[in-house]
Formats: sequence, structure tokens, C-alpha cells
Amino acid sequence: MEITKIIFWFLTALALVAAIGVISSKNPIYSVLWLIVVFFAISGHYVLMNAQFLAIVNIIVYAGAIMVLFLFVVMLMNLNADAEPIKNVYMKMAGVISGLTLMIVFVAALSASEQHSTIIRPGTSVGLIENLGRALFNKYVVPFEISSVLFLSAMVGAVVIGKKDPIKRINE
Amino acid sequence: MEIKWYLFLSLALFCIGIIGALTRRNSIIVFMCIELMLNSVNLLLIAFSKMHLAGNNALSYTMATEAQLFVFFIMIVAAAEVSVGLAIIVLMYRNTKSVDINFLNRLKN
Repeated sequence: MEITKIIFWFLTALALVAAIGVISSKNPIYSVLWLIVVFFAISGHYVLMNAQFLAIVNIIVYAGAIMVLFLFVVMLMNLNADAEPIKNVYMKMAGVISGLTLMIVFVAALSASEQHSTIIRPGTSVGLIENLGRALFNKYVVPFEISSVLFLSAMVGAVVIGKKDPIKRINE
Repeated sequence: MEIKWYLFLSLALFCIGIIGALTRRNSIIVFMCIELMLNSVNLLLIAFSKMHLAGNNALSYTMATEAQLFVFFIMIVAAAEVSVGLAIIVLMYRNTKSVDINFLNRLKN
């Protein structure tokens, strides 16, 4: 067994276990920590597929920025484990069964495909910053600038939504 | 590595995300499950971008580059979406003192 296959199966098992940990842990803080593990495993997959730039962006943006945001919100709300009320077991079972059914349907549909044994070859320079940056700043420079406007509007929107309502404060 | 293992891995992650979004009631965890589904789709897109390189000509090289830039833009939009979504969850917590999504079934209050 080659070393890349061993790393692949290790990262796959890590991602699946951590993803199940996200949905099964009672405390939301543990869910956030499991989700960070999932993101690191997915970044490992990106490195394995020679997409180094996206692996770094995934760690910085998702595991860094977004997960810190989630942790701040969870800790700000001071939720404890019994914040989630006891609910209908049948509803839970229905959710699990429908999710597994979807998975079975997808696996059955995709395993009949003809191209599913195409080998992914390692060792190309597509995912390096040199190649992606050249394409990003030549062909895709307009979407890149528009995304900065999107970030600005998201920032303004988050501040406006999160601000306290002035009318409500006067009434109090 | 064959493409089908990446396909099945991202499929399993996507279905775990769906199960979490259907069974949990805590809105933060539902939001995290949506992030999990987004990431599984990103993983699949990069696997397909590498699959195009098996063709080994100039067009496949361009297509693989564009697929990776597509994933980059998905990450940008996801970051903007998370900031606004968490602001909405904080606002909801401030109004109802709870993050249970069952309190959202009446939007009139």
C-alpha cells in the first residue's frame, strides 16, 4: 500500500468521524471543535490532490475566521448542554432515515457511472498560487473586485442587523 | 486514487450534513451542518478538477484552473454568508432568549 493511499484513508476516516461528532454532540462548543477537525481533514485532502492554494485558503478562512466567529457566538450566548429540549424520537428517526435514503440513492446512481474509476494523478502545477493567481488577476479580475464589494455589504449588513434597535431602547 | 472514493466521501459528508440539519433544533448546529454540506461540495469540485487533468491536453489544464477558482469564489461567498447568518442568529437570540428553530415558525412576532 502506498503512502498516499494510507494518508487518504486516514483523512477520510478522520473527516467522517468528526462529521458524525458535529451532529451528535450535545454541547455546541464540542460541535464547533469537531467541525474544525473536519475542515483540517478536508484541507489535508486538498493537499493530497495538489491544490495547495485552496488548502491554505480553507484553513485561513474556514478553520480560522469562520470557526472563530462561531465560537464567539456560542460563547456569547452562554448555551449549556440542556438548552436543547427533549424532542420527538420519531422525528429524529425520520430525519436519519431520509438522509440515509438519499445517500443510498446517490451511491446507487453514481456507481453505475462509466467514468468512476478515472485515476486522479498527483503532481501537477494547477493548484499552485502562480497558476491560480495569474488566472484570477487576468480573466477573473472583475468577479474578484465584485467579491470585495460583497464583503463590504456583508460587513455593513452584519453591523446593521446586530445593532440594538433604538426605538426599543427608548421604550425600555 | 480513483475518483469514486472522493465521490463517496463527499456524498457521505453531504448526507451527514443533511441528517444534522433535519434532526437538530439548535440553529447554530443547523448552520454548521450547512457549512459542512458546502465543504463537501467544494471537495467534490476539486476532485473533478483533478479528474479533468487525466485528459492531459491544454483545454483540460484551463478547465482544472477554472474549477479551482470556482471553489475559491464559493469560499468567498460562504464567508460573507456566515457573517450575516450569525448576525441573524444573534438577533433571534436577543429577541426570544433561545436559539431553538421552532421559535421561528411564527414570523409575525
